[in-house]
Amino acid sequence: MNSGATPSVLPTWARNWGAREIFGVLLLGGLALVPVISAAIGQPFYVTLFTRIVIYALAALGLNLILGYGAMVSFGHALYLGIGVYAVGILSFHGVNNGFAHLGAALGAGAVVAVVIGIVCLRTSGMAFIMITLAFAQMFFFLAVSLKQYGGDDGLPIAARSDFGVFSLASNTTLYYFAFILLLVCLLFFRRLVDARFGMVLRGCRSNERRMAALGFPTLRYRLTAYVISALVCVVAGVLLANLTKFASPSTMAWQTSGELIVMIVLGGMGTLIGPVAGATALLLLEEFLAGLTQHWMIILGPLIVLIVLVAKKGLYGYVSEWAVRRAKAIR
Amino acid sequence: MTLGLVLTQALNGLQLGILLFLLAAGLTLVFGIMNFVNLAHGSLYMMGAYFAAAAFGYTGSFLLAGAFAIPATMLLGIIVERVALTHLYQRDHLDQVLATFGLILFFNELVRIIWGPASVYMNAPEVLTGTVELFGLRYPAYRFAIIGVGLSVALGLYLLIHRTRVGMLIRAGATHPEIVSALGVNVRGLNTLVFGLGAGLAGLAGLMAGPIVSVQSGMGEPILILTLVVIVTGGIGSIRGAFYGALIVGVVDTIGRAFLPTLLREVMERSLAQAAGPAIASILIYLVMAVVLALRPQGLFPVKHG
Amino acid sequence: MTLLAVTGLVKRFGGLIATDGVDLTVERGEVHAVIGPNGAGKTTLINQLSGELPPDAGSIMLEGADITALPVHRRAMMGLSRSYQITSVFPDFSVLVNVMLAVQAHRGHSFSFWRPLLAETMLTDRARQAIDQVGLTARADVPVAALAHGERRQLEMAMTLATDPKVLLLDEPMAGMSLAESERLVVLLRSLKSQYGILLVEHDMDAVFKLADRITVLVYGRVIACGSPEAIRNNPDVRTAYLGDQDLVA
Repeated sequence: MNSGATPSVLPTWARNWGAREIFGVLLLGGLALVPVISAAIGQPFYVTLFTRIVIYALAALGLNLILGYGAMVSFGHALYLGIGVYAVGILSFHGVNNGFAHLGAALGAGAVVAVVIGIVCLRTSGMAFIMITLAFAQMFFFLAVSLKQYGGDDGLPIAARSDFGVFSLASNTTLYYFAFILLLVCLLFFRRLVDARFGMVLRGCRSNERRMAALGFPTLRYRLTAYVISALVCVVAGVLLANLTKFASPSTMAWQTSGELIVMIVLGGMGTLIGPVAGATALLLLEEFLAGLTQHWMIILGPLIVLIVLVAKKGLYGYVSEWAVRRAKAIR
Repeated sequence: MTLGLVLTQALNGLQLGILLFLLAAGLTLVFGIMNFVNLAHGSLYMMGAYFAAAAFGYTGSFLLAGAFAIPATMLLGIIVERVALTHLYQRDHLDQVLATFGLILFFNELVRIIWGPASVYMNAPEVLTGTVELFGLRYPAYRFAIIGVGLSVALGLYLLIHRTRVGMLIRAGATHPEIVSALGVNVRGLNTLVFGLGAGLAGLAGLMAGPIVSVQSGMGEPILILTLVVIVTGGIGSIRGAFYGALIVGVVDTIGRAFLPTLLREVMERSLAQAAGPAIASILIYLVMAVVLALRPQGLFPVKHG
Repeated sequence: MTLLAVTGLVKRFGGLIATDGVDLTVERGEVHAVIGPNGAGKTTLINQLSGELPPDAGSIMLEGADITALPVHRRAMMGLSRSYQITSVFPDFSVLVNVMLAVQAHRGHSFSFWRPLLAETMLTDRARQAIDQVGLTARADVPVAALAHGERRQLEMAMTLATDPKVLLLDEPMAGMSLAESERLVVLLRSLKSQYGILLVEHDMDAVFKLADRITVLVYGRVIACGSPEAIRNNPDVRTAYLGDQDLVA
């Protein structure tokens, strides 16, 4: 990517960095420093705001595995956020505060639900898939609303945050870094996954599923596995969300939330890893900013989304990526 | 649980099914001919209800409200189609879903700005405020009228699609769009016509629902999602699927909500039934959808493409 | 030995009979060509053999096993490999990755999440082998979007071969190739045919008569003749069917 004309003291891996890598480092570096900066300027609110951003970035990252890399447009992934949230909520209601129990129950329930729903949905494709995933998310929304003993429509307060023994998430800073580290772990795992055999099968299915089957791949089991993985990432995000808000509410599973996740992915850059993180950051900051302007900020956001779809489909990181590639070609 | 009660709930189910059919037919027509699922269809239904409630507020007449609301919704639909949706027909499904999502957010906020967040009300026409007598059963006249109007519209749609030239073009456009345009038919005009028809049906549904539901921001989406269940269960792109799917969904949902909690109390102990009954009743229709899809992923009455 | 045996295959689309009781076999080491005028149902036949289209009646046996009801990927894993008339590759990847995916399908499972695909030398080596066979070596690391049409057809063939099949179903492989490219493919298929059984659907009569051990003629979904190239060339029914369409006399 570099012309090589400039002698460099940097190691090879750093010399090959271009706009894309710098973008990623700046974004993640910035996120890493949020509690520090927030304490320095005496505004603890930002830790809360950015914890939300990191949590939704994680969820968007999870959804992007199947949406960006697998071309499976799930309009119902907020369901898995909800499972994570309610796992914490219900266990907490019954006096269980252990973080490992929260995670274990959430992942277990999430896996079972994801396998069942995945098997039903993945035999359809295109618009049918989108509609069916939306319908299932709505089903769980109504289920949560109807569970009166767990708060129903009003939601369920959570007495205490998850306790992992050696540490608990009671402190806002601890929660932030716990979420951030999980985000980094997920990024690393996906980075390897998308270029490994599994990821290539997924991307092959996005590219030409007919040929994948003709080559001999039993595509359903790989797409189902990807669906479950993406669901479990959202479940973990849900556990974190419950800890942040100390509240379990059916509104987590509202169809609007599923839509917002998709907006984050497209806004940031579909089919890339940093894209969803960038998109979550951009969207939530934008919402925060717009909400400060007017309580009717949705009327700006709505047409903005339409505009993005019509005009700026590649997303923020997508454009950075494209610019970097063009610049590299020009140098060569 | 008397026969009378069952019959009443069955009729209520039929009435819900008819409303769902009006929405499903519009959605299916647009999907069949443009391969585009308009998720903002629920917003057209909502606007139809708001237009009707607003006109009713001014005139006090249900008929005048309808005379205003239905054309207004059609016009709104056509404007939205020409301005935003027409660019999306060639795009992939993700783009279509996102763009219509943005439109939903826009319309939900728009009505909140214009009419506020509280529900608005309108009344059924005077002449229909009583009850009718059916097999010794007293049933609200207005709801009965909804069923009547809906069935007439269904018949009208059937005649339109199967007995007129326009209907033939619609059927041709749904199965072989390239041929239709190659024959020199004004495809753009046909698209707009179909979209306007769908919008009109949504407006009619909104008008008729006005007196019996809460007209408020966000009312469109729960109905829309139920409509999606109808289409998916009945078979995407098929009007027949939309009709039978709507009736099944309407009746199962209504009867389920009315009787399942009671039924469960017969077979299991009280507190469990108390908790499980309403929960299962609210998700019953989704379970039915799941079972149908597990056995027949293409739905009950799928359209066969050439 | 008989690798592929098709018996009484029938396919209807509404009132139209696309496949009308077709019987044919493919032996190991032979090229069995299927020819016929346009609309004869040749691609429909291949689609039923590969599993993309379910027949209404009849059976398909692969090495004695009944595959009539099996899905596409199962048949592929049993050794049935198919090439497409309209090139069907992975446009987002390079030539090498395209062929590697074909190899990967037949080398164990793909529940591997950590090791980069391109680091798997076993797959890379086999893929490059197939790429060399079709003559695309110079273009191995090029993205598909940059390939010329003829090169894409070569890639199509490389992917079909890389799955180490037993039976090849080739749907007009010469379509869109230049004279030189077609000649090259004929040479390749001749050299390979002893290893496989090949069902070749083609319009290029030159190639058909150079390669085929047997020829089946399909008209409106029915087999009107089956035999050696000489027998087909002299068959009056075949001449009638092709009158004005092609000149069969060499």
